[in-house]
Amino acid sequence: MLIDTRGLSCPQPVLMVYPHLSGSEPIDVLVDNTTSQENVSRAAARNGWNVQAEEEGDGVVRLELRK
Amino acid sequence: MNGKNPFASTAGIIFVGAVIGVAAILLQKFGNPANMGICVACFERDIAGGLGLHRAAIVQYIRPEIIGFVLGSMVMALMAGEFRPRGGSAPIVRFILGMVAAVGALVFLGCPWRTVLRLAGGDGNALFGLAGLICGIAGGTLFFKRGYSLGSSVKQNAAVGWFFPLLMVGLLGLYLAFPQISGQPQSGPIFYSVSGPGSSHAPFLLSFGVALVIGALAQRSRFCTMGAFRDLILFRYGHLFFGVLAMFVAALAANLLTGGFHAGFANQPVAHTDGLWNFLGMVTAGLAFALAGGCPGRQLFMAGEGDSDAAVFALGMLAGAAMAHNLGTASSAAGIGAYGVQGTLIGLAVCLVIGFAFSRKA
Repeated sequence: MLIDTRGLSCPQPVLMVYPHLSGSEPIDVLVDNTTSQENVSRAAARNGWNVQAEEEGDGVVRLELRK
Repeated sequence: MNGKNPFASTAGIIFVGAVIGVAAILLQKFGNPANMGICVACFERDIAGGLGLHRAAIVQYIRPEIIGFVLGSMVMALMAGEFRPRGGSAPIVRFILGMVAAVGALVFLGCPWRTVLRLAGGDGNALFGLAGLICGIAGGTLFFKRGYSLGSSVKQNAAVGWFFPLLMVGLLGLYLAFPQISGQPQSGPIFYSVSGPGSSHAPFLLSFGVALVIGALAQRSRFCTMGAFRDLILFRYGHLFFGVLAMFVAALAANLLTGGFHAGFANQPVAHTDGLWNFLGMVTAGLAFALAGGCPGRQLFMAGEGDSDAAVFALGMLAGAAMAHNLGTASSAAGIGAYGVQGTLIGLAVCLVIGFAFSRKA
């Protein structure tokens, strides 16, 4: 699943990802600011997910959330 | 952007909150008004007065703290590679939310930071303000659950990110070019209070220096008093809340150690005892902060990172603060203003309209 949060600021990126954290399907999240990256990563980690960050260029980061 | 940011940890946010709490009490000891070591809403109001946008003679002073917050955040964002000129997420709505936020906060007489500082100084009236703030933010989370969004911001021309910091440099220039003349209400075109809260201020270098440090730390840690309660209510996440708690505990400890704690309701500094309007003023302000995505302090730090939407909110607060005094909605120690009730309720109605209009499920 890919969730694109580019252009949005918190809490919306976390709100978009939040409902999917109770499942176990891999989630990729695109973020374009560090605050969202930190908040989404923190929320995922709290729910037992591993988070890998990959630079996509132009300030965009792909967060790979894996259970 | 690879998570090598120690201030993003729980220990980091607690450290930053504690630094802000102690710094606020330090600024009070060196001259800032009591229980108002730092107040973003009050200080923006004072800047509006210093520029003559309102003529309430007791609250006119170009506060170096506001300038320092923005520039400290900007320098840190540049060093961290996080300066990103962006904007375009309903700027006019953000301006109006800023105006409403200032009107509401000035009925209570304080932004969320000052709410914490008033509590840490023993001002019981701030309990009503805090309750209102939490209710307003809780109302905001209901809109977020309905799909509320002001829309995406987009990357913009670099100059967009520079203008708000440049405005701050301009303010600094005015302050330095027309320094306060002792006992005089005006220096060149700039107004200076000779009595009242606007006349109480720490020395320039201390105010400015402390604010630069706070701006830098807050940029790194994303310290936000609105986000603290919002995340707690929305996700049960306590991360930002620990920062606010640390600010309170540090300020309380500093007050207890220096004789600055006086528990009670009557005769608290720059405060009134009208519980209902202390509460409702902050409901309005809290909802406006939530809908705009940050407390007044956080908006300044984001503006320093190049976020022009946050800058527009801050300018809205400046305009709203001026209007609050010109139109008599702002409170004083004597009680709420002649039109404080109307200002609060109209502001609340405006927030509700914005909340519903920008909710997908509306």
